[in-house]
Amino acid sequence: MAAGVATWLPFARAAAVGWLPLAKKTMPKPPIDKKSRSDEILFVNVSGLRFQTWKNTLDRYPDTLLGSSEKEFFYNEDTQEYFFDRDPEMFRHVLNFYRTGKLHYPRHECIQAFDEELAFYGIVPEIIGDCCMEEYRDRKKENQERLAEDNEAGEGGDAPLPPNSTSRERLWRAFENPHTSTMALVFYYVTGFFIAVSVIANVVETVPCRPIKGTVKDLPCGEKYSLAFFCMDTACVLIFTFEYLMRLFAAPSRCKFMRSVMSVIDVVAIMPYYIGLIMPENEDVSGAFVTLRVFRVFRIFKFSRHSQGLRILGYTLKSCASELGFLLFSLTMAIIIFATVMFYAEKGTKGTNFTSIPAAFWYTIVTMTTLGYGDMVPNTIAGKIFGSICSLSGVLVIALPVPVIVSNFSRIYHQNQRADKMRAQQKVRMARIRLAKKGTTNAFLQYKDDGGLQDHDSDSTALCVKNRSAFEHQHHHLLHCLEKTTNHEFTDELTYSEVCMTESVGYRTSRSTSLSSHQGGSSSCCPRRAKRRAIRLANSTVSVSRGSMQELDTLQVHKTSVAPQSRSSLNARTEDLKLNCDDRDFTAAIISIPTPPANTPDESLPPSPAIPGILRNSRSGTFPHDAVKISSL
Amino acid sequence: MSDNCLSAHLPGQGLMGVFLRQRVCVTDSVEDELEFALARHRPEGLEQLEAQTRFSRKELQILYRGFKNECPSGVVNEDTFKDIYSQFFPQGDASMYAHFLFNAFDSDHNGCVSFEDFVLGLSVLLRGSVQEKLNWAFNLYDINKDGYITKEEMLDIMRAIYDMMGKWTYPLLKEETPRQHVDIFFQKMDKNRDGVVTIDEFIDCCQNDENIMKSMQLFENVI
Repeated sequence: MAAGVATWLPFARAAAVGWLPLAKKTMPKPPIDKKSRSDEILFVNVSGLRFQTWKNTLDRYPDTLLGSSEKEFFYNEDTQEYFFDRDPEMFRHVLNFYRTGKLHYPRHECIQAFDEELAFYGIVPEIIGDCCMEEYRDRKKENQERLAEDNEAGEGGDAPLPPNSTSRERLWRAFENPHTSTMALVFYYVTGFFIAVSVIANVVETVPCRPIKGTVKDLPCGEKYSLAFFCMDTACVLIFTFEYLMRLFAAPSRCKFMRSVMSVIDVVAIMPYYIGLIMPENEDVSGAFVTLRVFRVFRIFKFSRHSQGLRILGYTLKSCASELGFLLFSLTMAIIIFATVMFYAEKGTKGTNFTSIPAAFWYTIVTMTTLGYGDMVPNTIAGKIFGSICSLSGVLVIALPVPVIVSNFSRIYHQNQRADKMRAQQKVRMARIRLAKKGTTNAFLQYKDDGGLQDHDSDSTALCVKNRSAFEHQHHHLLHCLEKTTNHEFTDELTYSEVCMTESVGYRTSRSTSLSSHQGGSSSCCPRRAKRRAIRLANSTVSVSRGSMQELDTLQVHKTSVAPQSRSSLNARTEDLKLNCDDRDFTAAIISIPTPPANTPDESLPPSPAIPGILRNSRSGTFPHDAVKISSL
Repeated sequence: MSDNCLSAHLPGQGLMGVFLRQRVCVTDSVEDELEFALARHRPEGLEQLEAQTRFSRKELQILYRGFKNECPSGVVNEDTFKDIYSQFFPQGDASMYAHFLFNAFDSDHNGCVSFEDFVLGLSVLLRGSVQEKLNWAFNLYDINKDGYITKEEMLDIMRAIYDMMGKWTYPLLKEETPRQHVDIFFQKMDKNRDGVVTIDEFIDCCQNDENIMKSMQLFENVI
């Protein structure tokens, strides 16, 4: 239960008086409160440092060591105090958690020591308050990474693959971590070499070489040694294609691989070559073909597989896209404004370069970025004035956003990380709350199933029902009161979905069948459960006699849910103590109106002889498959 | 939030009464937070509370320590109520019922429950006479506090209670179940068949009902 809820339970129970005039059934008796209601001060001695606190404070969190009966193990009779042989400095924080409901992480402490203390006192670290959560997580991650690094260094390389991994997995691993095997490393360097060769060839191709004997004009080397370059290109493309296909084959998820940036770059790098091969060699399309060759320069991006820094740069650019977009937008606005002004200012001049506004764009850009090529120069006075304004404002417009962008980079980067952490933390918290709620519900349902709601007038109460904390007793009593007020019971999702299903199918049943069906041998501890089971089986016979197999197909083995993380129930080890409660429930067509629970099982059995067989088999703890098999009567 | 405060005023006083009434904790979230930051409520002295309620000194001390720990500002607001109840009844939606309960506890209708309100309510519920408890229950059902429980009010309360059960119940909760329950209730309580239940009819009828009388003693040892 969450913080402080224990304080409010008496209030909620008192408010239950409001249900009394409305109740359809009589209210159950409240649990007997054995311990005295007065509060007392407890002494806790942690390695010599004495702490004192109210008992109620510690009882707020019954799932922890100090809140549960586990602390009795540490009780020292001679000194009348609880003695813990642990770090007293850390205990201060633990105790503050009980007092304030918030767990804080002391920044000067070692994260691992803190974790160990929390584990000892049974406190889940996720409860750390928002103020300290980020720090805690960062330190923890740092620590884990450091440990992981140490481990890696200790092992001397990556861990060996599991022995029965397929060749595909091994291949993928070789591609992703080239350091794993020598073959992978060789391949890595070979591809790197060929990327470099390809890029250099592309560059050198265009350098003018000495002309062939007999001609005057300088030829680019590409045309002079066209065959050589072609062969080199072919070799590179073959290697790249081979690499791409191997990666595609080895990828665990082909779709994901094909969508990834690196594979797109690979494809773009090799496509022009193939397109060039396919396309015919005529003049019309060769222009387009030449354009395609430009894409060969993308091969340089293949280096990002080899370089971590390039990848980080790409990622940061991507994450600051909006800032860059804004810069671009404001620049565009300024360019348009100044280009227009310059055009109209220079319109009158004869032989001017400012032939149109788009032509003036070039001038504006060159001036604003303080390049000043000088190919376009204003002649009129107005033009010169506006030109100087343009260049001055250019400095501002360009220089100002840059630091903003840089700081945005770091801010957005950190914020992203924090947002992700927050989201993850929120998910965890929601999941924990859901789990806690489910746990409460399940605890109550299990309590009911264990016959806890029967009148405890004798020692025949199963041991599974005892060993619940007082808080749980009272809370379950409150839930039971609500059940009695509304004359409906709490169930779980499985039962509910079945009931829905069967109600939609329709039903015909007789109350006599439901009353008379109890199997022999059910313990008096769980007559209620037996009753429910019997009702369902009786109805299953009804549905069998109608010949519809549908209901029986919905037969599931309804395993009683284990009460999760609750420390008190863990202490009690209810599974071991549940002697006769260890049954598994059959849930078939549930139809009839609940009849008042009978305490004594009836003797008469439903006519089908197979049913007791089912029950006996089920009692011995079978698996769901058996149950379904047997059900096809 | 404003709906709460408005609906809780007595009809006879009209609009002026609404404006004249003390507003400590009113509307939206930002203002809420600011006002709660400022609203530090200190309860009256221990002796006074001892005189007004039926709790002993020690019990009041324990109650206050718990209360102060949960609500350091000294007042509880409706959201806390809803939170608490949603934890106690995880399967259903307890917010409507928490809302009605909050109004029942908030005796001066200022949108917050101070420690006095809290402890006075508890005193009635746990240590009060049967008459007082029935009075309190009547006050809970009478949403607009006009002295009459109409069928609509009862239906709202009933729906709120059934909402707390949630979806996964056995037998299935049907649409008309709350209405049927209300009809049964009115059949029992409304003696003169005028469509409303007055406080006298209510108390009379409950006192004649054995089951209700027996269960009144149920929660006496909660504190």
